[in-house]
Amino acid sequence: MVVDRAIDERADLVFGALADATRRDIVARVLAAEASVSELARKYAMSFAAVQKHVVVLERAGLVTKERRGREQLVRGDVETVRATVRLLEQYEDIWRGRVDRIDAILRTEGEPR
Amino acid sequence: MTVVSTTKDPQALTLTVVADLAAPPSRVWQVWADPRQLERWWGPPTWPATFVDHDLTVGGRATYYMTGPDGEKAHGWWRFVTVDEPRLIEFEDGFADETGAPNDDLPRTRARVDLTPTDGDRTRMTITSTFASAEQMEQLVAMGMVEGITGAVGQIDAILAEG
Repeated sequence: MVVDRAIDERADLVFGALADATRRDIVARVLAAEASVSELARKYAMSFAAVQKHVVVLERAGLVTKERRGREQLVRGDVETVRATVRLLEQYEDIWRGRVDRIDAILRTEGEPR
Repeated sequence: MTVVSTTKDPQALTLTVVADLAAPPSRVWQVWADPRQLERWWGPPTWPATFVDHDLTVGGRATYYMTGPDGEKAHGWWRFVTVDEPRLIEFEDGFADETGAPNDDLPRTRARVDLTPTDGDRTRMTITSTFASAEQMEQLVAMGMVEGITGAVGQIDAILAEG
């Protein structure tokens, strides 16, 4: 693999974490503004424990950080990790840019198909 | 600029690439419909593609393999979902074993290719790739990198020189 092993393992964690719609939504929310786990639990039709579990997965992937403040646990989004996700999409984009360039070259060199 | 715009949606897991091509849709259709032309652009120069089957009909399949610099082969398949010449092709794109049989343990994407005529006998080609899950997207990116995403420039030069 051309992809560095460490980056690869990290990406597994990140994408595993983002494979769930609720977790993606949590990331979007806490990137915009920090929120406590109990605040998040109120937004979704699920228990505090279930939301807590999602947050743990996101935290392990480095997508959010958690900080205890009094009786609350505040969750914050990690912009850097989200950026890394976008970078992966960019790599896929490069594959398609290469293909489009090659199609363009074919169209330019031949007026009509042989 | 051949590629006009790209849109990445990490939430919806889609990538959209819009290109402006200097030929009408009937001609652009051929680069998808003719396996010999497909072979000239699907794989990067370091991993050229060979199409073994290419049945561009609804429900039809294409099977192909890509050959790496050390002779190693990566097999893939397409299944055509929509074929509307010369406007629209939708297909699933997945990996296969060495016999060409689909390998369902590996990710598959869905691609939609829209060809729209524009002024001056040109075509706007919009390619929308949809990933089944973020995990699959990561796997595909990793595999795409193995196949090599550079060297396109060199290949263009070669085609130009060939005339």
